[in-house]
Amino acid sequence: MAFLSLKNVSRSFGSTRAVADVSLDVAQGEFFGLLGPSGCGKTTTLRMIAGLEKPDSGSIEFQGSDITNLPPERRGFGMVFQNYALFPHLNVFENVAFGLRARHKTKAEMEERVTSALELVQLPGYGKRAVDELSGGQQQRVAIARAIAIEPALLLFDEPLSNLDVSLREETRSELRELVTRLGLTAVYVTHDQEEAFALCDRISVMVGGKLMQTGRPRELYEQPAEISVASFLGRNNLIKAMRLSSSKTSEGEFKTLEGEHTLRLPVKHEDLAPLNKPVYLAIRPEHVQLSTSSNGATNTLPATIREIVFFGATSTVHVDANGLLLESLVLGTNGLKVNQPCNVILSPEHLTLLKN
Amino acid sequence: MKIRGHPWQSAALLLITVVVLLYGVVYPNLSVVVSSFQRGGGWTLANYREILSQRVVIESIVSSLGLAIGTVVLCAIVGVPLAFLFERFTFPGRRFFAALAALPLVLPPLVGTVAFIFLCGESGILAHGIQNLLKLQNPPWRLRGWPALLLFHTYTMYPFFYVLTGAGLRRIDASLAEAARSLGASSFTVVRRVLLPQLTPSLLAAALLTFMTSMASFSAPLLFGGGVRMLTLEIFGARQRGDFAMAITETVVLAVISLAALIVFQRYEGTRKFAAAAMKGAPRRRANIGSGAARVLATIVAMFFAIVLVLPVATLFLVSFAQEGSWTTQTLPVAYTFANYKRLFGDAHASEVFFNSFTMSAIAAAAALVWSFCIVALLRRGGRTASRFFGEGWRRLLSLLVLVPWALPGTVVAVSVAEAYGQSSALLGSFVLVGTFWILPVVYFLRFMPLVVRALQASMEQVDPTLEEAAGSLGARAWQRFVRVTLPLVWPGAVAGGLLAFVIALGEYVASVLVFVPANRPISIAIASELRDFNLGAAAAYGVVLIVIISISMMVAGRLERWR
Repeated sequence: MAFLSLKNVSRSFGSTRAVADVSLDVAQGEFFGLLGPSGCGKTTTLRMIAGLEKPDSGSIEFQGSDITNLPPERRGFGMVFQNYALFPHLNVFENVAFGLRARHKTKAEMEERVTSALELVQLPGYGKRAVDELSGGQQQRVAIARAIAIEPALLLFDEPLSNLDVSLREETRSELRELVTRLGLTAVYVTHDQEEAFALCDRISVMVGGKLMQTGRPRELYEQPAEISVASFLGRNNLIKAMRLSSSKTSEGEFKTLEGEHTLRLPVKHEDLAPLNKPVYLAIRPEHVQLSTSSNGATNTLPATIREIVFFGATSTVHVDANGLLLESLVLGTNGLKVNQPCNVILSPEHLTLLKN
Repeated sequence: MKIRGHPWQSAALLLITVVVLLYGVVYPNLSVVVSSFQRGGGWTLANYREILSQRVVIESIVSSLGLAIGTVVLCAIVGVPLAFLFERFTFPGRRFFAALAALPLVLPPLVGTVAFIFLCGESGILAHGIQNLLKLQNPPWRLRGWPALLLFHTYTMYPFFYVLTGAGLRRIDASLAEAARSLGASSFTVVRRVLLPQLTPSLLAAALLTFMTSMASFSAPLLFGGGVRMLTLEIFGARQRGDFAMAITETVVLAVISLAALIVFQRYEGTRKFAAAAMKGAPRRRANIGSGAARVLATIVAMFFAIVLVLPVATLFLVSFAQEGSWTTQTLPVAYTFANYKRLFGDAHASEVFFNSFTMSAIAAAAALVWSFCIVALLRRGGRTASRFFGEGWRRLLSLLVLVPWALPGTVVAVSVAEAYGQSSALLGSFVLVGTFWILPVVYFLRFMPLVVRALQASMEQVDPTLEEAAGSLGARAWQRFVRVTLPLVWPGAVAGGLLAFVIALGEYVASVLVFVPANRPISIAIASELRDFNLGAAAAYGVVLIVIISISMMVAGRLERWR
């Protein structure tokens, strides 16, 4: 039995389907990410878990009981909002104590739990401060303290770091992960930042256009994207349109690229993924596109010309043209590579991924 | 977030709201319309045929409209450039004027009119001063008719344009003007093609407010309109003559013109909404006027307007200390005394007047405050129950009905309430208000409750909706969310709105003069009767006390609004 489970949840606003038929399971103690471009429905999904929105159809279960229609105040989930939503008329202590007062805790217990929550987020002694005296990062910590003070059964994060500047964001990110692990909490974390999701989450669901595209561990998603939308959203990717050749065997597929008409070989696990005579997409990461000025007879070596070299500091991106097939390659050094120079592009079979549809 | 409450709470809210709106807004207005089509118990157009065949009525319609349009034009000419000057530039004296600019808005119309007479009337300080200086036989001018009305209206209503244009200018992202300059536009082109189009909503709102206020204007036409006939005056006159059918029919005409203006303006406004750019903009800075001559000119303009603004009030203060009979042909009163004030506070009659106005305004304002929370709560949570009874358009209908008394001139509100509650009718469940103390509190409530509702709605809109969501996720029930999060954030705004309603009711004259009875004689009626008896000092003293009370209340209201 999953700790938290969404079953075929849908939600429309007017004529737009914000969330379409989303099902997912979160295990206890897991740090679970919902990742996707803005407007993909990830926040709406989180708000439905929190009880702030009601699904049009489908159900949400928590520890085996149906909570679809339970109002937010009876779910006991802590939530950290994107804009923090700190109560401006209350000071730091009162903000953190808000949920405890709603639970009618004694004064002593309130005092103790607020103090320890503020210590956990490294803001001891800030209780008397007004919230608008605090910096963005401190306000963020108060929001987290307020959410964990109620000892939530589940912690929900709605892009909590997006209002912080880059260096503070990275620092807070690792503290946040450490805190959640130490308290043994389960968390659902919404973000559009792929790097943030990879760094924080045990598992991630990628959402695009209201649909859940793929769920998996960060490395899985990055290396074996199942869909074009996932492949193109998670980092840069070369998408190659190709057709499977009839001569290919079941274990090793032979594909002809539509641009450049090169023949590419790669292992094929599922026969049904590559029907004959239907264009499919192959994906390869720029860092796996190898460039070489000499020919060593490797599989999938294509002759090409260098069109452009963009310098990024530690790395450079090289744009090459293999007889009409445009590819991007990420290289550490550009030693010897020059624009308009001929070279060989090697797309090694183990890094080529066959995408669905 | 959906706020889930008990169904019976929503039903109770709905019941209260429906009853108040039915009895306070729908029934009185309907009964005026119905009566205007009736004569001798039968349905007829005779009333309309009669009034439209009278030259004076046609004349009054035309002059009311003409005065309103003229007022809008003049107020725009004065208010908009001033807003540009004070919002976009900085120079010595700017702050001083900016603090005074809205002064005419808080003057009760009757008190303003009285002050104006003392200052600019033919026996006022200015006229006497010039007469004495140049040794003229007669006063150099008479404060009568069109020029007097236009001058007074411009003085009292230009702040609509000044305040709204200023607010509009502050909202416009400074980087838009900078972008236009970088694209090669001259500063004149920037004003014409970038700023003015974006100000259209503000200008339209100001024009609407000015138009409606001018249509409803009563005190000035009454006291120095001369031969100019206005609809409000005609209605008052007809009622005084006992010609109720005519008064009612003219009331319908006045109401139709006001509502038509509201609809026309709102329709046009709807087509000119600008989506606020959500990007971070550059902060606006006021330009320092660099050139010496322009700086001196701007300062002179500011000082001149400051003096113009303060003079009527200063005159009122001066006259309030004038000894009875000490101000005949002299420029200024020659003898000063505290007698006027002593009379105000010593005389049982005068203190009764204050007591009446205070009680009635307090009742109206307190009721409006409670009512505003009912309306706002219903708009937010009564969704399902209300939809079941009134369909999906109920929110618009509700907002419209709440707004109607605001759009109607005070004359119309008073006449319609008097018409509806002149006799009791078991069938309609109506009761007698005319001739009782309660008619004025009811009229005040109806006239000024839209103000309080708007104030509360504005405060509610400023509350970030995620705050209530956060409270919900922390375990607070609907009631706790309201009491512990929303209420602490919105009550200052609502109370400030209630205070504003209170002070406006305190100086109310237009509606009071139509329906007051000896038992509830308000301050404004006392001022008018002192003026009629040529007790100028006493009239001025009443006005000064009102101004002091209003200033204190407005200061408190301003504090409240900034409180968060």
